[in-house]
Amino acid sequence: MALAALNNIGTQVCRQAVPPDWPGGFWWHWLFFTVVLIIFVLVMVMGVIYIERRGMGRMQSRLGPNRTGPFGLLQPVADAVKVLLKENIVPANADKLVHWLAPVVAFSPVLLIFAVVPFQNGALLADLNIGILYVVAVSSISTVGVFMAGWGSSNKYSLLGAMRNVAAVVSYEMPLVLAIVGVVLLAGSLSMNQIVLAQDIPFILLQPLGFLIFFIAGCAEINRSPFDLMEADSELTAGFHTEYSGMKFAMFYLVEYAEAVAIAAIITTLFLGGWRGPVLPPWLWFIVKVIIVFFVMVWTRTTLPRVRIDQLMSLAWKFLFPLALINLVVTAIEVLALPAALLWVLIIINFAILAALIPLWSKLFFKLGWGRLEV
Amino acid sequence: MKFERFGLGIAKGLTVTIRNLFRHPTVSQYPEQRLNRSRRSRGNELIWSREKCTGCGTCAKTCPQGAIEIITSTNLAENKYEVEKYQVDTGYCIQCGLCIEACPYDALYMGYAIERAKYRRGDLVQSDDMLLESAERPASGYYHPEIARKLPRQTLLVERINEKR
Repeated sequence: MALAALNNIGTQVCRQAVPPDWPGGFWWHWLFFTVVLIIFVLVMVMGVIYIERRGMGRMQSRLGPNRTGPFGLLQPVADAVKVLLKENIVPANADKLVHWLAPVVAFSPVLLIFAVVPFQNGALLADLNIGILYVVAVSSISTVGVFMAGWGSSNKYSLLGAMRNVAAVVSYEMPLVLAIVGVVLLAGSLSMNQIVLAQDIPFILLQPLGFLIFFIAGCAEINRSPFDLMEADSELTAGFHTEYSGMKFAMFYLVEYAEAVAIAAIITTLFLGGWRGPVLPPWLWFIVKVIIVFFVMVWTRTTLPRVRIDQLMSLAWKFLFPLALINLVVTAIEVLALPAALLWVLIIINFAILAALIPLWSKLFFKLGWGRLEV
Repeated sequence: MKFERFGLGIAKGLTVTIRNLFRHPTVSQYPEQRLNRSRRSRGNELIWSREKCTGCGTCAKTCPQGAIEIITSTNLAENKYEVEKYQVDTGYCIQCGLCIEACPYDALYMGYAIERAKYRRGDLVQSDDMLLESAERPASGYYHPEIARKLPRQTLLVERINEKR
């Protein structure tokens, strides 16, 4: 009963992009979703930090933070309060303006991504017909913020970390976008809402290779372990945010997890059927799927050691990039030549391609090095 | 063709972490949960028995740190030494236990308590009655199996993971 009621409220509120009976329709819609998105991002970031710290602790046979509040639930709040009360230090030689602007430049694109993520059928700030293209375009802007932070700090570690980040993002953008193209071919639309509507079965079954590539490239793009080279604490102290403290550091911390939530939301939308699912209301399905995807990110983070910078680059250009191209060609052939094929046949074909390609490609073509050793 | 290199190794690693997730963590929350220490553990302080001590000074001679100071006077009437001052500077003590092993009359024991930190350096210098055994200062079973038998058995972390937390 309660679920059904929630469902009804959800559908009534979010039925149409612009509710016709609201005065000044568009602006009410804009205000509602802006507030909801900001609250959603902040709450999700806190929840996600809790999941990461507790889950990671348990996976490493520790407890994780469990002192603040019941089960340590208030730990993110305590951290936030601590960070806000800290002194805001700007290095004497810093490029002051750039140093000040960097956290904002890094944070705003992450919020912008959520504008096109559908929480329910039609429940999104702007149902752009080029939604996924917009995501690809906007998500890379936060790299500019990170590089500004690295440059503005006038610190060699910050600059090195920021440069690594730029290199990683530029490299991993290719396989990321190519993996998205496979989904777009299947869905026949660039709109996030249309992509979800097209998924009668989640696209992870039709695009297993694309999902793998997107997941790895997404993790690398937002610099989560094992690809967290830009804040490799054993090499670069804290990377680009070495010189940041107080509220500005909190912003970068927020960016890190908001980006993780954003990538999880995009993976959910593109590959896991977005808000679609039985019994539960759609927006709850969406959140549950986002948390599951984030949990897998935490899981890989605890398990895998950090890769070297040359391994990072080789993985992008010699492994993910060609596989993404092959995946794209295969998907195109499937869409063009086998439009009437049974779904389960396509699923079997795609998983067979995945199982065959990865060992073959890593055995035959993928080699580290081959370049100048002193690089 | 070893499949460890093509993703199987990563899958194996992932199973290890997920198994840890559903297991109880092997840590104890120290101030609230305490494990029983080894019954023969060497704690912070020395326990001295005034009755058994004959003032022979063997302990002071054995101590590699020279942390034990003993001053005796001769009691001619009873033909023995009287201990006037027995002082241990636990700040120098390295808990090697040589004095306990050397004592011919079993008058010295290692302390079993470990939470005996002091706020001042001067408090670390203990003498005479401060060194006697008491409820806060139980004797350890080190070199004394008869004491060890009475102490609680040591608990290991792996035995306590059935405890819910």
